[in-house]
Amino acid sequence: MRSGGRVGLIMGREMNPITYLDFEKPLLRIEEDINLLELEQQQTGQDLSGEIKQQRARLVAKTKRLYSHLTPWETVLVARHPQRPLITDHIQNIVTDFCELHGDRLHGDDRAMITGFGRIGGHKVMIVGHNKGKDTKERVACNFGCAHPEGYRKSLEKMRLAAKYKLPVVCMIDTQGAFPGVGAEERGISHAIAVNMMEMSRLGTPIICIVIGEGGSGGALGIGVGDRVAVFQHGFYSVISAEGCAAILWKTHEQCARAASALKFTSKDLMKLDMIDDVIPEPLGVAHRHPLEASQALEKYITDTLRELKRPKIETLLKRRYDRFRNIASFFEAPSDTEKAKNDKPRVKKSSGTKGRAGSRSRSGTPSREAASSGRVAESSSSLSTSSATGSSGSTGSVRRRTNGSTP
Amino acid sequence: MKKRDIPAGIWDSCQSCGHMVYLKEVEENLNCCPECGHHRRVNARTRIEQLVDTGSFVEMFADLAPIDPLKFKDRIPYKERLKEVQKKTGELDAIVVGRAFIRGRAVVLAVMNSDFIMASMGSVVGEKVTRAIEAAMESDLSLIIVTASGGARMQEGMVSLMQMAKTSAALAKFDDAHGLYVVVATDPTTAGVAASFASLGDIIIAEPGCMIGFAGPRVIKNTIKQELPAGFQTAEFMLEHGFVDRIVKRHDLRRELARIIDYCGK
Ligand SMILES: [Zn+2]
Repeated sequence: MRSGGRVGLIMGREMNPITYLDFEKPLLRIEEDINLLELEQQQTGQDLSGEIKQQRARLVAKTKRLYSHLTPWETVLVARHPQRPLITDHIQNIVTDFCELHGDRLHGDDRAMITGFGRIGGHKVMIVGHNKGKDTKERVACNFGCAHPEGYRKSLEKMRLAAKYKLPVVCMIDTQGAFPGVGAEERGISHAIAVNMMEMSRLGTPIICIVIGEGGSGGALGIGVGDRVAVFQHGFYSVISAEGCAAILWKTHEQCARAASALKFTSKDLMKLDMIDDVIPEPLGVAHRHPLEASQALEKYITDTLRELKRPKIETLLKRRYDRFRNIASFFEAPSDTEKAKNDKPRVKKSSGTKGRAGSRSRSGTPSREAASSGRVAESSSSLSTSSATGSSGSTGSVRRRTNGSTP
Repeated sequence: MKKRDIPAGIWDSCQSCGHMVYLKEVEENLNCCPECGHHRRVNARTRIEQLVDTGSFVEMFADLAPIDPLKFKDRIPYKERLKEVQKKTGELDAIVVGRAFIRGRAVVLAVMNSDFIMASMGSVVGEKVTRAIEAAMESDLSLIIVTASGGARMQEGMVSLMQMAKTSAALAKFDDAHGLYVVVATDPTTAGVAASFASLGDIIIAEPGCMIGFAGPRVIKNTIKQELPAGFQTAEFMLEHGFVDRIVKRHDLRRELARIIDYCGK
């Protein structure tokens, strides 16, 4: 197994492009040890391969351990890691013949949103997603992935185009949120996001939404309505940033870590809460250390899911998509005789975004709810090489339904 | 109503013009300042009383109550926060839904209540808005939603964010069914609610001077590091930029709604 930083380390640490977060420092130390051993072997001609092998194994084990126990706040830092693969990396790694399309036909071309035709694993698709930018210049040009109304309108234009030619849409979500600025308000950022959600809910082509890094509130959801919603293992998807939440509820920024835990926005928590359909496991710990493998995991997920989504009739797909979002709820409804008899909905409702999914599963012979959810997890873990976090979250994922008569 | 219990002779200074105003007079003036016309916030029950034909309101889905899906705790647990505000307001959550008549036109009406955690949208608000849409669709009535909200209710996490998608998807269906949906935006209509059902009306009416916007003004100021233009994120600003159809004074709301229903409703 090659470690991502190896090449850089052999050439000297100055050239190592990887940024180490504080909690990643132990890995750096092992990598330095390996580096020294290799250097020694090279210079003295002594055979140190045994020791090097041992250290490598230690590195792999440590890496796995480290990333399988991230706190929610560390997850935020990993999801925003400067070397985390961006939409542009994924496009480069897994999309062939990418044909970028610009502009919203109304105002301009928002660089925070990338749209275009491409082929992924033999499927012709429309790719839509936030771009945070690679270097300072690009980051400034695309506002660090915070899109303006024209970005959302551009994405909708291209999605409509895709629907017209029966191309599925792949949305890659990676944003802190929509851009908070005067121009964004003047040009109706609220309206742009709302219209996107409304139109995506009835767009007549399969839509897959994947949070590849950061899923920041409305700005993420603006391209987040589809048949499947997946989050990378160390990505997160939240109603508000941990910083914003801390500032509002604790009146201080110092409580970010607490806010991050309280918001339950990690992929594992989101699976448990039934907010998302799948978790895409990250290669050997984490995407930014193995960007190519991360892209390949994404490719596998997209191709498998598209094959599944292309099967049903579009009417069926749209109905399931609608139900998927319609059923996201968590409230208590007291039994009441004054209530209109018409509304024979379940009295107590705890979210089940996967209702439609369970329906689709039943075709393949696993009709029960438990079977549906475990089948789903099995699918995403069996289709990918590593499965650490997914498996464990899946087993608890089926405990979702509240019993009747509990009091609020 | 609670408001009526306030003993006569209580005065208050108007937030807008600073005049000392006699509260009873304000109340009789539909909670608008008698001096400058400033539209004060009104709670859902008062709003309904002001808006519908007397006695015509029949509440629906009144028994939906919030739960605490995340077991959220900041300085106090969310559950306690809920209990407190439920006791204070006498409401289970931040929206009231029902059928009513407005100048004889039958409608489904949903009114948000800014007294309840800034009418933030959690699962109950999202569900009741969606059921209101479905009720309007089933009974072929016009739908009116009086919006006011600080945004998604963060204590319910992603469940609340997803209510944006849920309500927007339900409105797509209502739109397909050619239902008339009128938004009455009131102070403040912001964030997650602004960026979902409050922006999707066939007709969008706003009360004068009310705040309408997506991002909080402080966040914007910190981002752009500039002073915000005068009148930024008001109803008037939104009208000027093309996102509001009409600004309507509270005194004219009933008449204006009836008029629109006569043009578009069934
Ligand atoms: Zn006044």
